[in-house]
Amino acid sequence: MALDSKIPEGPLADKWTNHKNTIDLVNPANKRLLDVIVVGTGLAGGSAAATLAELGYNVKAFCFQDSPRRAHSIAAQGGINAAKNYQGDGDSTYRLFYDTVKGGDYRSREANVHRLAEVSTNIIDQCVAQGVPFARDYGGLLDNRSFGGVLVSRTFYAKGQTGQQLLLGAYSAMNRQIGRGKIKMYNRHEMLDVVLVDGKARGIIARNLVTGEIERHSAHAVVLGSGGYGNVFYLSTNAMGSNVTAAWKAHKRGAYFANPCYTQIHPTCIPVSGDHQSKLTLMSESLRNDGRIWVPKNLEDAKAIQNRELKPTDLAEDKRDYFLERRYPAFGNLVPRDVASRAAKERCDAGFGVNKTGEAVFLDFAAAIIRYGKEKAHVKGLNEEDETLIRTLGKEVVKGKYGNLFQMYEKIVDENPYETPMMIYPAVHYTMGGVWVDYNLQTTIPGLYAIGEANFSEHGANRLGASALMQGLADGYFVLPYTIGNYLSKDIRTGPISTESIEFEEAEAKVKSEIDHFINNKGTKPVDYFHKRLGKIMWNKCGMARNEKELNEAIEEISALREEFYKDVRVPGNANEFNEELAKAGRVADFLELGELFAKDALVREESAGGHFREEYQTAEGEAQRRKEFQFVSAWEYKGAPKDAELHKEELVYENIEVKERSYK
Amino acid sequence: MSEVLKSSIGRKIAMALSAFFLMFFILQHFAINILSVLDPDTFNEVSHFMGTNPLVQYVLQPVLIFGVIFHFAMGFVLEFKNKSSRSVSYAKNNANANSTWMSRNMIYSGGFILFFLVIHFIDFWIPELNIKYVIGDSSGLLEDGSGYRYFEELQHKFVPLWRVVLYCGGFVFLALHLLHGFNSAFQSVGANNKYTKSLKGFGKAYAILIPLGFIIIALFHYFNNSH
Amino acid sequence: MNLTLQIWRQENAKAKGKIVEYPIKDISPDMSFLEMLDILNRQLITNGDTPVAFDHDCREGICGSCSLYINGEAHGPDRRVTTCQLHMRKFKDGDTIFIEPFRADAFPVIKDLVVDRSAFDRIQHAGGFISVNTSGNTQDGNSIPISKHDADEAMDAATCIGCGACVASCKNSSAMLFVGAKVSQYALLPQGQIEATDRVQNMVAQMDLEGFGNCTNTGACEVECPKGISLENIARMNRELIKASVKS
Repeated sequence: MALDSKIPEGPLADKWTNHKNTIDLVNPANKRLLDVIVVGTGLAGGSAAATLAELGYNVKAFCFQDSPRRAHSIAAQGGINAAKNYQGDGDSTYRLFYDTVKGGDYRSREANVHRLAEVSTNIIDQCVAQGVPFARDYGGLLDNRSFGGVLVSRTFYAKGQTGQQLLLGAYSAMNRQIGRGKIKMYNRHEMLDVVLVDGKARGIIARNLVTGEIERHSAHAVVLGSGGYGNVFYLSTNAMGSNVTAAWKAHKRGAYFANPCYTQIHPTCIPVSGDHQSKLTLMSESLRNDGRIWVPKNLEDAKAIQNRELKPTDLAEDKRDYFLERRYPAFGNLVPRDVASRAAKERCDAGFGVNKTGEAVFLDFAAAIIRYGKEKAHVKGLNEEDETLIRTLGKEVVKGKYGNLFQMYEKIVDENPYETPMMIYPAVHYTMGGVWVDYNLQTTIPGLYAIGEANFSEHGANRLGASALMQGLADGYFVLPYTIGNYLSKDIRTGPISTESIEFEEAEAKVKSEIDHFINNKGTKPVDYFHKRLGKIMWNKCGMARNEKELNEAIEEISALREEFYKDVRVPGNANEFNEELAKAGRVADFLELGELFAKDALVREESAGGHFREEYQTAEGEAQRRKEFQFVSAWEYKGAPKDAELHKEELVYENIEVKERSYK
Repeated sequence: MSEVLKSSIGRKIAMALSAFFLMFFILQHFAINILSVLDPDTFNEVSHFMGTNPLVQYVLQPVLIFGVIFHFAMGFVLEFKNKSSRSVSYAKNNANANSTWMSRNMIYSGGFILFFLVIHFIDFWIPELNIKYVIGDSSGLLEDGSGYRYFEELQHKFVPLWRVVLYCGGFVFLALHLLHGFNSAFQSVGANNKYTKSLKGFGKAYAILIPLGFIIIALFHYFNNSH
Repeated sequence: MNLTLQIWRQENAKAKGKIVEYPIKDISPDMSFLEMLDILNRQLITNGDTPVAFDHDCREGICGSCSLYINGEAHGPDRRVTTCQLHMRKFKDGDTIFIEPFRADAFPVIKDLVVDRSAFDRIQHAGGFISVNTSGNTQDGNSIPISKHDADEAMDAATCIGCGACVASCKNSSAMLFVGAKVSQYALLPQGQIEATDRVQNMVAQMDLEGFGNCTNTGACEVECPKGISLENIARMNRELIKASVKS
């Protein structure tokens, strides 16, 4: 099947408006006759469910957590971008569009990104109206901060809990509709398959995680807002339950999976402390506004710090290497995430790491504390020479800005970041790849939509900070509710979809047989054992730097591991009860397939772009080397084993932006 | 009214309002009692006024009785309901880590105060009613007519040690009750914000000083008369 | 370090539960509490036993999934943390640790340490929102300035993660800190004024229906709240309810 991205005609800035004006609508009376299933209740799923219900559709929303409010969007810390230009620093829709395309290393669709930039301002207005308590300045107006990879301040925030506040906003909008009966909420339910009737998505099979019951749910369209697949690495900043199952099952039913190898490794995470580690904790990118990243200049000093013989605060300024400021003077510590992560890895690989495993760099606030302290002393008319006073004042300011992050760091690491620099290391954070969608956010299965991190999205090969929240809400509030109407307008005479069809039966039987396999397998190793091993393969061979040899090895190893998993996994208990191990087994089974496709995608993409870095393709200075011939989206069609997937290319055309070398120097 | 009293917060507020009333009553009671230490004649005058003024006797007294009964009855109803909202209790509960003994045991301090009040009623109030309304002597005079009877009766009451001990015990529990209750009542009616910080200190002082004053009065009379 | 765990085991909502003792060895002080339970579960599975069920998801203290009453306190002995952020360095070698579910009749046990907190959701359905449709032409975010103080206070109230520690540590199983926080967030913002009367009345009515106890101002909730939600929020809710009762 040829890929049709269905990008509307016309000049870039008018495409979305024209499209909205010309697509079919469903009249309010008919919307009552149409059912939509939304899987996942994070920013994308939650906002979509609420908006569709407001419009009048009957929505059934599903989440595996015990409440929609717990979806992992809640953990986003730093903020949400919008081209409001409240700061008057030259921001505009075009500039947000430009920054996002460039930040994505010229691997995203122009039209989608421009639409995202256009609706970004609506999101802020909508959220304010919902009662989201964004940070404000003393004049009572909305405050902004800056984020990596851009030269303007366009990030709106609510302390270090922006994701939480936006999600609670979407959740409150959902609550209103649940209260009205327009959304039927299915908590603690996991989607295990999508059901196709006559080639169209017409429902899902879900497991009630409390009773273990397998349920059939039908609808006229299905929307996946099920998030990313970072947990294929086992250790990531994703929640323990975040999984690829919904997206992967859709892929196996015919939805193309795009760019799986584009993974964002976030530079500022708390380093791994030991083998027991179950997940990694992110420290917001906003910390890079004030924190300076460094390692020792000399190897001896690095060794001494690793062995705890030397305190970082005792190392003289001229013996420190502020490597981001050195390599990228224009953006300094605020280079995009992929660049910052790779630079940290490069230093650590060269032996300059600063914790006992040598896999950490410093993020130092000493200079910021002094700077803010002096400023405050000046404002208050106090002695600007008194160092103790300056430090105290400076710490107060830093506490006001990042207090909760500092506290979190201290709880986990047991060190006081006000006194000694933080230690950070890159960790898997976000996946730019996902289910392929056209301009309408529809997958290659008619009636199946994918939104938020679950789709391959507008971020190209690398996502800029504070853009995930923007995209999730843009899709859910402002894009999907329009575009899905165009599809549903053809279904107003269809009537309710029966769950008694052969297709539902077949899908349910398939789901049950997989569950039975796990329960009856009686192997010797718990699910986590396999998940951890998969994670190690992924991190070592498909991580921050990849090469042909190791990717080939990864494909073989993952495929072998999958076989072993099915033979030897042990799932305790039975299928008709609350059984977390059983749920995990299903998720890991899908990760074991996705991981293989991931490696294959990385192998085929013989260039370096954004989150995908191939050692064979780098410039003399070690920067990523993009190649013109890879200016396409890789969309994979399922053909049995993941490594046998068939590649479809969607060429990316840049008419409004000049494809340049992406430089932050 | 009944609608408001059905809601949890409505009941909480009703508890607080009756508490305010009772706290004011205690203050007033204390103000009169301390006169017995400072100036027995004035004490007699005021006692007679309170005991015979129709407004006090027929309006304020029934309100007080209603207030007392309401506060206790509602306290027991809420306690019962609150207890029943957790039918399986914790095997290990370290409540001292997050709350004071006083705040968790209002039902016990209140229960003891109720016990004390019952004794107090039998001891002071029923004889009073008997003299005034059964015997019909509202003169407030001693039997020999040489002056008001109130101060002498008071002194007489504090001769037996058991009563002094019970009296002091009652006020210790009142102090414990007020140490939580005073600020709790303000919190219940919504007075807790940046302007009410000093109220907390005042509440503590009230909770300790007023009961302590009552105890001093009892001890004063005990030591002054029987020895 | 080596520890003795006393864990509440209960097969399902209907079964009768009991405390079961599990010894556990070689726990690193750098582990989080849940990672310690992961190790226990791995051992249980390998030995053919049923692992201990507990709720958890983000493991960074924000989703509000994890619960657990540890040694008599919600989220354990440390302050301002959820169970997933509690580290084993807070315990000593040889300690006995009691692990129980959050207890309240409004939070029935689903299995072992997993409880059903959907009562919180239903309270929010009753009024935890501002009725504004998504249209794309809502007024500009800056059209109503909000004082920084109010915005900050609204934010402090809004940081509630809905974990239920307040209910679990309250001797009355009262949900007022949770409801007070939500009512306060909206009460402090101009956008929340229009529906203020109905909101507080409906949410309080639903809270009462769910079977939570009444607040007696012990303040345990404030101390145990991992996000430090202040009792002032309950006072504000009380004021809002008084205002609403007068108005209607």
